[in-house]
Amino acid sequence: MSQQASKKAEVDLPVHYKYQETRRQKTGVFFRRKIGWLFVIVSIIAITIFNFYPMVQAFLLSFQSGMGANLEYVGFNNWQRLFGDPTFIAALTNTSIYLLIQVPLMIVLALFFSVLLNDPKLKFKGFFRIAIFLPCVTSLVAYSVVFKYLFGIDGIINQFLLNFGFISQTINFLADPFWAKVVIILAITWRWTGYNMIFYLAALQNVDKSIYEAARIDGANAFQQFFQITVPMLKPIILFTSITSTIGTLQIFDEIVNITNGGPGNATISISQYIYNLSFEYTPDFGYASTVSYVIVILVVILSIIQFRVAGEKK
Amino acid sequence: MKNLQRIFIYTFLSLAAIVSIFPFLWMLVSITNKSVDVTQGRLLPGTHLIENMKTLFATVDIVPALINSGIIAVITTILTLLLASLAGYGFEIHRSRGKDIVFTILLLSMMIPFAAIMVPLYRMFGSISDTAPLIGIDSLGAVILPTATTAFFIFFFRQNTKMFPKDLVEAGRIDGLSELGVFFRIYMPTMKTTYAAAAIISFMNSWNNYLWPLVILQSPEKRTIPLLISNLGSSYSPDYGVIMSAIVIATLPTALVFFLMQKHFVAGMMGSVKG
Repeated sequence: MSQQASKKAEVDLPVHYKYQETRRQKTGVFFRRKIGWLFVIVSIIAITIFNFYPMVQAFLLSFQSGMGANLEYVGFNNWQRLFGDPTFIAALTNTSIYLLIQVPLMIVLALFFSVLLNDPKLKFKGFFRIAIFLPCVTSLVAYSVVFKYLFGIDGIINQFLLNFGFISQTINFLADPFWAKVVIILAITWRWTGYNMIFYLAALQNVDKSIYEAARIDGANAFQQFFQITVPMLKPIILFTSITSTIGTLQIFDEIVNITNGGPGNATISISQYIYNLSFEYTPDFGYASTVSYVIVILVVILSIIQFRVAGEKK
Repeated sequence: MKNLQRIFIYTFLSLAAIVSIFPFLWMLVSITNKSVDVTQGRLLPGTHLIENMKTLFATVDIVPALINSGIIAVITTILTLLLASLAGYGFEIHRSRGKDIVFTILLLSMMIPFAAIMVPLYRMFGSISDTAPLIGIDSLGAVILPTATTAFFIFFFRQNTKMFPKDLVEAGRIDGLSELGVFFRIYMPTMKTTYAAAAIISFMNSWNNYLWPLVILQSPEKRTIPLLISNLGSSYSPDYGVIMSAIVIATLPTALVFFLMQKHFVAGMMGSVKG
């Protein structure tokens, strides 16, 4: 632990020193400080116009109601409507189910793969790595359509299960509220596990092999090594991937629309899809749609804070 | 015991590899078979490939969709690289307390869910449709603009700029280059690999983007590839061979980019979290 701390200080010092130096150099040249802003100003304006300003607009819209362009302020009506809206509750429940099952499942799998692939004695390492990463080259829409057909009633999965006697009659995966959710979770996991694995693999390369050596001499088995060395060492990257995955899954849209289109009934509808439907499929109600969208914003903020707390990082 | 462990590891990894690859194999086999064969679960290559391609190009407007997606992806990528690298360079090389604060605020925008700003953006582009149709609703410009500047790529370039030798900036200044000259003549050529990595990610994101084009594009001739595939996928009497052909064609550019530039790709992913 103390070794780690001293290492950290060594790395931090030069960066800090450099920072001081460049600042001192710059204070002499007033013009250079101003031109620095020229480099960043276009991006600042663009992000303000296309991200922050719409965020404020959406907040104002969440207190308005009406059809299409005829909007008027209705106070907290939209927010109250949320609690009595069965479709919203279904969307929130489904999204939470995807999140709670899919993100941990994927992260554990990705960690597991990366540890196995990090074994220097493993053969065909390159092949396994590329194979598991391959799903990431597909577009979300394309793989969703493929999964829809794979799990169709006459799809190859059903035929496989039938032929090998796992089931006695075909399962209509996408028309069953339970199985439809399972297919969606499987699909997302298939697409993103390799992506997360790459992060862990790269991080594992920076872990000093001698730590494992020492642990083995001390008699630690593979599981102890995993939980007491690998997981703590990878904590920052696990935190990073769980936050990005959480934000991603909270916004899930492409897969739902293209695999089940929210059905059967509203058994798989997600919050993003509901927002889309409220705005562009049903009679447009931009006000209420914005209220629903702010639920995602609130969830993203809360979950990110929780994950930071759980990881216990002082970053 | 050791052997058992080995067997378990190889079986497990092989299973994972099969699950990962199977949908691709199925896609590739399906484009060579008739729709009927696909539904009967045929897993052997057939002879229907040319037939499927002919039907695809004759019945589906895949060429215009490829062109639309190509235009959008290329322009988005160029804009992203230019603006984000300028900003990343500015935030790191011309560092100041004020800019550090602004940078942190910009980073917060990465947490904004797209679904939350989609409606205001739609209304915003709607309000300028009459005065500026090139960037109004149902224009490729409107697809490009909100996606061309993202805090992620600014962050990405800034992280990578940390490794850029700052002495080069001084050297350039002494040689009489202007501040922009230093950027274009020295920084850009030195950071080629960072640009390559960012280009790959940006191109893939743009090529695969679905929700925003779905919202903003309306006329069929403006459709991008993901919109076209989504449309094909939801048809009531799907011709599997043809749809799979469209999917394979749509996946080819990103798959090629990945295989040709694998190293940059992984480096790019890592570059975004390092530091």
